[in-house]
Amino acid sequence: MISICGVSKWYGPTRVLDDCSTEVAKGDVVVVCGPSGSGKSTLIKCVNGLEAVQRGEVIVDGVVVTAPKTDLNRLRARVGMVFQHFELFPHLSVADNLTLGQIKVLGRSRDEAIARGLKMLDRVGLAAHRDKFPAQLSGGQQQRVAIARALSMDPVCMLFDEPTSALDPEMISEVLDVMVALAEEGMTMMCVTHEMGFARRVADRVIFMDQGRIVEDCAKESFFGAPRSERAQQFLAKILQH
Amino acid sequence: MNYHWNWHIFAQQVQGGSETYADWLAAGLGWTLACALCAWLIALALGTLAGALRTTGNRVLAGAGATWVELFRNVPLLVQMFLWFFVVPELLPRELSLWVKQDMPAKEFVTATLCLGLFTSARIAEQVRAGIQALPRGQREAALALGLTTLQCYSHILLPRALRIIIAPLTSEFMNTFKNSSVAFAIGLMELTFQARQMQEDSEQGIETYLAVTLLYFLCAIIANRAMALIEARTRVPGTPG
Amino acid sequence: MLPNLDLEVVGASLPFLWTGLLFSLKLTLVAMSGGIVCGTLLALARLSSIAPLRNAAAAYVNTLRAIPLVMVILWFFLVIPLLTGKPVGAENSALITFTLFEAAFYGEIMRAGIQSVPRGQVAAARALGLTYAQSMRHVVLPQAFRNMLPLLLTQTIILFQDTSLVYAIGAKDLLKAAEVTGKNYNRPVEMYVFVALIYFAICFALSRLVRRLQARVAIVR
Repeated sequence: MISICGVSKWYGPTRVLDDCSTEVAKGDVVVVCGPSGSGKSTLIKCVNGLEAVQRGEVIVDGVVVTAPKTDLNRLRARVGMVFQHFELFPHLSVADNLTLGQIKVLGRSRDEAIARGLKMLDRVGLAAHRDKFPAQLSGGQQQRVAIARALSMDPVCMLFDEPTSALDPEMISEVLDVMVALAEEGMTMMCVTHEMGFARRVADRVIFMDQGRIVEDCAKESFFGAPRSERAQQFLAKILQH
Repeated sequence: MNYHWNWHIFAQQVQGGSETYADWLAAGLGWTLACALCAWLIALALGTLAGALRTTGNRVLAGAGATWVELFRNVPLLVQMFLWFFVVPELLPRELSLWVKQDMPAKEFVTATLCLGLFTSARIAEQVRAGIQALPRGQREAALALGLTTLQCYSHILLPRALRIIIAPLTSEFMNTFKNSSVAFAIGLMELTFQARQMQEDSEQGIETYLAVTLLYFLCAIIANRAMALIEARTRVPGTPG
Repeated sequence: MLPNLDLEVVGASLPFLWTGLLFSLKLTLVAMSGGIVCGTLLALARLSSIAPLRNAAAAYVNTLRAIPLVMVILWFFLVIPLLTGKPVGAENSALITFTLFEAAFYGEIMRAGIQSVPRGQVAAARALGLTYAQSMRHVVLPQAFRNMLPLLLTQTIILFQDTSLVYAIGAKDLLKAAEVTGKNYNRPVEMYVFVALIYFAICFALSRLVRRLQARVAIVR
């Protein structure tokens, strides 16, 4: 479904991605972790072309993202993305947040878009909040709406960029529950997250990044069992300490 | 101080005419309102465009926006009035030039309004740019991740939010537009300041004249301020602090 | 189309334009220095704990900011001779008008500047035993002035452009000089374009300077 092949990226002289390659098969859940500044957010943003790459190739569902002629808007409409800071549109109601992309990008009718949006809103347990504005919701609720917004577009895969790291601890689980349910239904997912409990529960593979490089890319069992690199061992020891 | 007061002057007839001085001032107020309001619409449209262009990240578009701003910001408004009135008609093709100079209806009004609109657009562009840059980067990414085009991203997400952020400076810019319309007296638009000078010379009751005109300008400022406050209240997003 | 431009008129007009430009610059500099001094006093009055002083200063500032500058120029040109009993001339009238008018604008900038200095600074100055005047003079105002330098300069660029409005009372500034020459030689197009270029060059250069200054101030903070 997602194939990243020898991708490198520089900001000026700084190399933020260094020859990264990996694959995400249909229905797989891959967790990307690593210390801050390791390039994991940048890597995930390359998948839907939010970040351009200078070298290498990214292919999503048969579409070459990195080819200059690719219609990125069409591709992005099929790849759902959830952001660290939710990025709901604060001047639009929950319902309008859910329907904007469906109407403007997919060309659905307003009724159709509302029906689809509300179904997804119900799925994340927030159907009662359709007429509220983002600022009237808690952080956890906003992130669930953001997930519903992405799902309303009927994506072929989902990207999560640290979806719980801006949340208060008591709200993290409500978002993770939604993500677990999604994974169990067979959604292809690529998640940048430090929630190792989530990784243990649903991930098929774990990718560990450091200084722009993919240091480990292995099945969940072997990652948690015995990571090969010293860097990953240190990282795991640190975040599992508490 | 030796001054002969005459508060009845406004009801008196002008020299060699049938109208009263109050009629002159009323006509002046009409031209001031018409010029400022039309100029404001031009300024809002072009200023939003130029300001948005500067944030696109495209060098050519951003450069065009910057040139626009520098051009209209660094020449005094009065000089710009003279340029539009005396110089621009000379640059037009011969037929058009003759028409503009001899037959164009409401020549002073059209020239002054266009000039004031372009002058103000440069200042609005700077506000719009600041407003867009104040938005979190993730908003643009979220809009693009949904598959919206850049144009849709600006019209549905960035501009509606930025314009709300900059409503306070826009209000003072709107009030400035009324004040700045006074410069149009120099090319013969019979607005308030033109009428003030004319009535002062004609009646020799300078203080009464200027007091009345000053009060009318106050009135314009209050109208502009209230109108913007109304718009602000109407467009306020629920859940955000007022 | 463009009539064949007569560039000789531009050369011939230079001495006259120079005199006009000198007056425009003089007006700018006088109004800037006078305006900043008076404006600082206004700002202190607006932040004073004495209510009548505060209200009077607020009324002065808000009134001048609500009226078009052209009207203010006309007002002073009319009222000053009435008060002094003798005509003072367009140039002197302009100098007085711009100083008092700009004070309202510089005053608002200085007020924001004073408010940008943390309250602890005043407390620390007073704790050292400095009087109110001393703590303002040596601690608060220098910091406020420094913080607001880019804004004060931006206001000065606006002021320089606004000096062209003395056209309303016929004072002989740069624009007036260009207009008069244009009429004398019957070449108004050349003169208006030339004078616009002069204004643009000066204001553009100054605004670049302000931007560099802003960047430097931002780093120091």
